[in-house]
Amino acid sequence: MNQGIITKVAGPLVIAEGMREANMYDVVRVSDKNLIGEIIEMHEDRASIQVYEETAGLGPGEKVVSTGKPLSVELGPGLIGSIYDGIQRPLEEIMKQTGSLLQRGIEVPALNRDKKWNFEPTVSVGDKVTGGDAVGIVKETAAVTHKILVPAGIEGTVKEIKAGEHTVEDAVAVIETEGGEKEVKLFQSWPVRISRPYKKKLSPDVLLTTGQRVIDTLFPIAKGGVAAVPGPFGSGKTVVQHQLAKWAAADIIVYIGCGERGNEMTDVLNEFPELKDPRTGNSLMERTVLIANTSDMPVAAREASIYTGITIAEYFRDMGYTVALMADSTSRWAEALREMSGRLEEMPGEEGYPAYLGSRLAQFYERAGRVIVNGTEDTEGALSVIGAVSPPGGDISEPVSQATLRIVKVFWGLDAGLAYKRHFPAINWLTSYSLYSDQLELWFSKEVAEDWSSYRIKLMSLLQDEAELQEIVNLVGMDALSAPDRIKLEAARSVREDYLHQNAFDDTDTYTSLHKQYLMIKAILTYFDLATEALNEGAPINELLSLPVRERIGRFKYCAEDSADREYEAIVLQLKSEISAAQKGGED
Amino acid sequence: MPKEYRTIREVAGPLMMVSDVEDVKYDELAEIELPNGEKRRCKVLEIDKGNALVQLFESSAGINLSGSKVKFLGRSMELPVSSDMLSRVFDGLGNPIDGGPEIIPDARMDINGRPMNPAARNYPQEFIQTGISAIDGLNTLVRGQKLPIFSASGLPHAQLAAQIARQATVRGKDEQFAVVFAAMGITFEEADYFINSFTESGAIDRTVMFVNLAKDPAIERIATPRVALTCAEYLAFELGMHVLVIMTDITNYADALREVSAARKEVPGRRGYPGYMYTDLANIYERAGRIKGKDGSITLIPILSMPEDDKTHPIPDLTGYITEGQIILSRELYRKGVTPPVDVLPSLSRLKDKGIGAGRTREDHAASMNQLFAAYARGKDAKELMVILGEAALTDIDKLYAKFADRFESEYVSQGYLANRPIEETLDIGWELLRILPRSELKRIKDEMLDKYYEKD
Repeated sequence: MNQGIITKVAGPLVIAEGMREANMYDVVRVSDKNLIGEIIEMHEDRASIQVYEETAGLGPGEKVVSTGKPLSVELGPGLIGSIYDGIQRPLEEIMKQTGSLLQRGIEVPALNRDKKWNFEPTVSVGDKVTGGDAVGIVKETAAVTHKILVPAGIEGTVKEIKAGEHTVEDAVAVIETEGGEKEVKLFQSWPVRISRPYKKKLSPDVLLTTGQRVIDTLFPIAKGGVAAVPGPFGSGKTVVQHQLAKWAAADIIVYIGCGERGNEMTDVLNEFPELKDPRTGNSLMERTVLIANTSDMPVAAREASIYTGITIAEYFRDMGYTVALMADSTSRWAEALREMSGRLEEMPGEEGYPAYLGSRLAQFYERAGRVIVNGTEDTEGALSVIGAVSPPGGDISEPVSQATLRIVKVFWGLDAGLAYKRHFPAINWLTSYSLYSDQLELWFSKEVAEDWSSYRIKLMSLLQDEAELQEIVNLVGMDALSAPDRIKLEAARSVREDYLHQNAFDDTDTYTSLHKQYLMIKAILTYFDLATEALNEGAPINELLSLPVRERIGRFKYCAEDSADREYEAIVLQLKSEISAAQKGGED
Repeated sequence: MPKEYRTIREVAGPLMMVSDVEDVKYDELAEIELPNGEKRRCKVLEIDKGNALVQLFESSAGINLSGSKVKFLGRSMELPVSSDMLSRVFDGLGNPIDGGPEIIPDARMDINGRPMNPAARNYPQEFIQTGISAIDGLNTLVRGQKLPIFSASGLPHAQLAAQIARQATVRGKDEQFAVVFAAMGITFEEADYFINSFTESGAIDRTVMFVNLAKDPAIERIATPRVALTCAEYLAFELGMHVLVIMTDITNYADALREVSAARKEVPGRRGYPGYMYTDLANIYERAGRIKGKDGSITLIPILSMPEDDKTHPIPDLTGYITEGQIILSRELYRKGVTPPVDVLPSLSRLKDKGIGAGRTREDHAASMNQLFAAYARGKDAKELMVILGEAALTDIDKLYAKFADRFESEYVSQGYLANRPIEETLDIGWELLRILPRSELKRIKDEMLDKYYEKD
């Protein structure tokens, strides 16, 4: 252990002398107040330390003690349903101990040390195991079976295994390795800045269903994929992130509130326990881990919160689960990086951000992926990452957005104009893209419908044509359009209002299964096709535009999942009879 | 007895360097005594071995390098608080300026506050009726929310803020409320307007005012919002009151922040504002809210003027990313004589969804609100088209939308600064306007709701 003396304090940056023995990225304890910090630079025996807590009251002459260990998280039963700060301190436990305002220098273990978990072995004495293999399970919540993994680097034969009630610190297995006997506890720790190992990365060709129509249909994200949601304030980034955290078809959700509003975390804490996972019927909180570094919490811990979150997510991926991580917002993380870089007096890159911004972002997103996890058997796990970006003024030419776009494969561009019209989710269908849509084509045709992608392409080209037609309308008026074009415009409006617009606060509309999405698209496109056809055969345009069935198509989204098929049949029936009536009217 | 130093080496703008100090801590409060005995306050911004960089809270005029003494007080800046502060007027640092006696404190509180544990927050969802349709109906305010008013020079944000302060009420409850008003760099006239308005409505007895006027030193403003919020926290979380905090003008605060940052020669962010302005503003705004197990609440309405009416300017931009929505005033509507000129489309209240609906306002609120927004947006588009191409170019349905947009502005939004509309009245006006449109257009409202409200005469 190395002890030094503070010489300088400037905000979250502390410089200490006499730290020659300490390592880069060691965690240190600062002053008698026991604040947690991390060494981020060394000059001879002077260490620059970013302190994860408020530094008011620190001064030169106070001591700094290195723990000799890098910043790590505890991984084991008890993670699910918890809310942690940026360096994995349990906020609810802290509240019990110190009240509603945060205090400094608090030391509370991330995982409860007293709670007993029921451990059920899945291996027997004499079995051969290697790093990543499960030695047993703990039923953590109704939704999550927590596998107890052999830590990386351990390989050997099981010598002892203990079923029954254990705390996280109890050794539940002893493994005979070449280097001697190793204990496996219910928990292990892992340094946050190092990604957890896996065997092999796979290409992302399975859909991560989200139940959000504009996402699943037009800009899908694959399991193990990476997506970015940039948008100005008020465009609904957080609602999109919350919707994905609620409805994405993942086994585990890690939600990082990074430099955002305190009430948003409270909202998640209040709402998630009440919501049911549409697939399992369990409470959504039973699959969720929350990391909160709200905007009034210390800025240095904001930088760490992202790494804390993704390490926890990787751990669940290693159990073979599908994990989705939401980071809201990566811009705040980048700003924390910028603030520390400024205090270190580094040469700034673009807009004051450090020159290594792009590579740090890339390293973070690259930790996502669909992989074969470590272990004897080839188990698949996936970690998808969805990062919100908050560009100043909504202008995505700024460095954080640009560096993010170079990495991510899915771009959901939020549009203030749509948000003002209360068209939510305000994902602009013309600027957004998903590079996974081609890879996922096969999946859709197998899992949803053979002709899915043909409908998708039709939908997209309808929207594209609308944009062009709209320009003409804005210049010379609706009268300049041919009748088929007017039908097209109306069909596109129907796509926008009846399909893409989705109300997150409506109990039915908030989630749409892929099957219902398929039916909804078909209903709208059937109208378009039949109306165009009828028009060519002489039906009057005004009647075609004001068919009563169109209102019914508009309300299809509020129709319950289990009666969607029936409703679809009824719509098509009504549509056909109204169209033929219109045709007759035209012939008279 | 703390040591006194006569080692001021440098004074530049709001900053001062004191050397050869011992045992000085970061963020510590210090006092400068001028040769004439006058005392001023400052705080430690950076401490490097024996050199302390301090930031003045008051003007540097008259500081003499050889004759002035600096004393470090071993604590951060504190505000003496007491329930007697109600109805009093203080300067931007919390000293009484109304000629009344000094406050005999019940407690002394650190003006920087401490971050709230997110797990301890209570989600704001109690509807506050402001009596203003554009807010109640479309951008609903709830208790514990932080909802700024984005204004610009020459727009009547003071009238709107005063109207909210006058009319805001949680219906069916008789609770202790208080107003904390913080003025930062505004003119005497504007401050006077608020004082008169509070006096007329009788709210002055329940108001605490912290006033830093345009003539006062700019750096004093850096402490003002913190002082005001510390007082509000005391009233809300110690005395259990529901406190409405009005701050004006955040733009002046941010400019003072920029002044200090520039003096420190920090790498500037956008438009010269410091890179940490987001965190700094968040430390102010996030102090609003409710806490589990405490009765009181802090609802915060900061007012800021957007330079050049530009919403993407760093001050409104960063504010918008932190606060829970925004009320935006529009010059165009103001010229048309719409009072208050609230531009409802870019305005937003993020917390409205949990504060409205059956049991809180009325069951039809959410649906009719969404429909009003969508219809007004389409109406405005139609009107734009009409300007270019003439009315004849509009389809029949778009003509109805254009008519809707006009009546929406003149009847729904424009209500004057004296009208106090109950929420039912606001919702009924909304339905009356929606009846301009055929029922088939109202796709965002469910059938049952339309049967009940659209069809009634």
